[in-house]
This record gives sequence, structure tokens and C-alpha cells, in this order.
Amino acid sequence: MPQLTEWSELPLAGAMAPGDAVQPVTGGWRTAGRPVTHLSSCVNCLLCWLYCPDSAIVLDGTTFAGIDYDFCKGCALCVEVCPVEALSMEPEDGA
Amino acid sequence: MSTVESRLLTGGEAVAHALCQIQPDVVPVYPITPQTPIIQTFSSLVADGAAHTEIVNVESEHSAMSAAIGAALAGARTATATSSQGLALMAEVVYIAASMRAPLTMAVGNRALSGPINIHCDHSDSMLVRDSGVVQLFAENAQEAYDLMVMAPRIAEHPAVSLPVLVCQDGFTITHAAEPVCMLEDAEVRAFVGEYRPALRSLLATESPASHGPFAMPDYYFEFRRAQAAALEAAAEVIAGVADDFASLAGRANHGVEPYRLDGAETVLIALGSTAGTVKDVIDELREDGERTGLLKIRSFRPFPAQAVRELAGGARHVVVLDRADSPGGAPPLAADVAFALADCDATLRSHVYGLGGRDLHPEAIRQIFHGVAPRYVGVRGEPCPV
Repeated sequence: MPQLTEWSELPLAGAMAPGDAVQPVTGGWRTAGRPVTHLSSCVNCLLCWLYCPDSAIVLDGTTFAGIDYDFCKGCALCVEVCPVEALSMEPEDGA
Repeated sequence: MSTVESRLLTGGEAVAHALCQIQPDVVPVYPITPQTPIIQTFSSLVADGAAHTEIVNVESEHSAMSAAIGAALAGARTATATSSQGLALMAEVVYIAASMRAPLTMAVGNRALSGPINIHCDHSDSMLVRDSGVVQLFAENAQEAYDLMVMAPRIAEHPAVSLPVLVCQDGFTITHAAEPVCMLEDAEVRAFVGEYRPALRSLLATESPASHGPFAMPDYYFEFRRAQAAALEAAAEVIAGVADDFASLAGRANHGVEPYRLDGAETVLIALGSTAGTVKDVIDELREDGERTGLLKIRSFRPFPAQAVRELAGGARHVVVLDRADSPGGAPPLAADVAFALADCDATLRSHVYGLGGRDLHPEAIRQIFHGVAPRYVGVRGEPCPV
């Protein structure tokens, strides 16, 4: 649903249909840098996509296509599981 | 009106019979003194086939309220009951039930909170969930406990309210004391409460699934709380309407406040629960002596009937508030609400705390309270009223 302008627009108890929630952008929670991709090394194993706890790995069909920084919380699991160093943690201002 | 003859029932039994007539689909409950007679009596009635209710013997009051939320939101008319430490253990989930707008009902046998551990009446347990966003109605006697329990589902399930409704009765003084109680016929109660039609779509409606109890950060939490405040405000009007309908059916009025001999009253006492009955007797005696005293009994503590308090007590010379709960270091809860309601009135305000842990409040002490000579803590050792 779109952002509400008045409290009275809130559905009763905030109960809502699937996918209808106002999504808070949680990327701002990162405190220790962000994962950065090196696509030339990627073998498209999609381990990062499987492990990401925030569904922040973006695919193009079944091909790795990058990271959604609006929702990546910077946990670095993707960097940890990547077998080919196609991901690394970098400072926020260096990306 | 076709009430059957009165029966000799304790307040606990009266509420159990009301529940049996309402026939909730689910009652998750855990026993605790002095609530136990409610669920004990109700369980016997269900075992005898008088109601189709599924009683869930949960392992704690925290679980009782958790199960009650699930049942109420799944589409089952749901009730539970508790007291004191049970309500304290449940408190976390009471807030969630209110936020999830679960339209369930709960019978409360008011009992002092530990410590020290005690089993007798005061209102500290109710006050612990004062700000949770639930409706709280206080009965003066077993008859009112029965009446308010029959009214409760209609209030809880009204689409503008959709909140838990607590029907509070003083532990032992009402829960365990037998009085004549006029019950309605089973069919009358069933017709009065009607079918369960919750305003929220059912958790089990798989054709239109919904998320309940969402996460709300600083960007939306405040809006949830504001909506709850509006539901409590709406509840005041709903309670009035349900009380009107109940009065037409039963011939007994149970509105948010009950004025007693307020005509020309110079001193108005405000109280909750069974003490109101003793106060009425004292007022009758004082009036015979020409003392212009009156009582404003609060049935609906939440929502608090601030406007009625202002209209009915604001013109008195003195307003005296009796709290059966303390707020150490601050204003007792009922006194705080009355003070807020009367902020623009000329009446002087006095506040007394009485009856903690089941200490009796005798008519003589109430006379002294009216006469302005009682200490702030009435009936405690070491602070006697001057004779």
C-alpha cells in the first residue's frame, strides 16, 4: 500500500493482504560497510542468493545481477559464502 | 422482559452462568484464586453439556491470552478469566491483544498484586493493564457482574471497538459471596449477543489471507496507538447503546457511570466496585441527618467517562475519590483520572487510598471520609481517624 497520510487510514489492527505492507527501507541499518560485487569473477552459483537473510540479492532471471542496498543490512554472509571472491566488504563511501 | 426468578449465586458463579449462556467457542484459561470458581463452575457446566465451548487447559496465563488472541482472530467467540499474578503474567499479551484488536472477553476477579503475596481484593491488578488499550468494566455486586458479562461480547465485537473487554469484580467480596441474581433466559442471552461476526477477516480465511500483528517502526507505531485511542473513545458510545438495549431486555441499567443521590449533593464520592454498595448505605444515613452527600459510581473505568464526571460531579463543592490501588510516589489512578476530568471545575478534590490487600472499609470510615477528617490512607495501622 502507499504511505498513509493520516492515522485513520490505517487498516483495522494493521491487518493487510500479502505484499500490501508499507516496506521500511532497512539498508540504513548497515554499520560495517557494504558488500560490493566483482561480476567478472562470478560463477553464478547463487549461494549468496540462497544465504542472504534479507532477500537483497537481485537476480536477472536466474543470473546474479547485484545487491539491493535499500534492504542489505551488511551482514557479510554473502561475502563469507562466495567461493570465488566475487564479493567483498568495502567502506560505504568507497563503493 | 422475561427474567427468571432470582437464584442464589456467587459473583464467580453468576459470571460462569453468563458465559455458559453466551456459549463462547473457545475458552483458554488457567486457574488462579479468586478467579478459580469462575472457570470451575463454567467447566462443570460444559462437562454437563450445557455449552459447546472448547476449554483449553493452557500452562499459564501468558499462554491463555496468547491462545485467546489466536482463537478470536481465527473466527471463534473467545473468553478467558484471571486474577492478580495471572493478569500480571498475562499483561505483555494483553497489550498485544488490544493492538491486534482481538474482540475477546475476560472475567477478572480483582486481587492484590504481590508482594507481599496476598489473595484478597484490591484493584492493583486491573491498574497494571490500565494503559494496555482494553475496555475495563467494574461490577458492584454479583448481579452487575452477570449483567456486564452478558453485555461484554456486544461491546468487544462492535466494529468500531474490536477490543478485549474485561469484566472486573472484587475478589472474594463478589467472586465468593452469594447473593440473589436474576438471570435472563438462555435464549434471551443468545439472541442478545447474536452471532460472532468479528470486524477483522479470519486468520483461517485462506481464500483471502492476511498478515496480522505487523512490525511498526517509528514511521507507523504512533498511528497504531492513535487508532487504539480512537477505538476506546468509540467504546464509550457503544457501551451506552448496549446498556440501553440491555436495560430494555432485563430492566436493569448498567451504563458507564451510576449517579446515586447526586441531587443537590455538596460532597460527591467517586469509587469503583463493591465499595460503592457500602457507600450508598452510608449516604442514605447521612442524607437522613441532612448531609448533602452523593456517589458517582464508575462502571466503565476504561474508557473513562470524563465528560459524565465533569457534568455530574463538577458542580459539587467537594469531590472525594476512593482508590483501591496506590501509585507510590504519585496520584492514585482513579484520582488522577478524576483530577484531569475536573481540571476546569471549582470543586476541591480529596484522594484516599483504602482496602489494599483486602482490608475492609467500614461505614464509619466512609462517614469520616465524607466529613473530611480521614487520613489519606484510610484504615492503615498507625493512621487512625480522629474519633
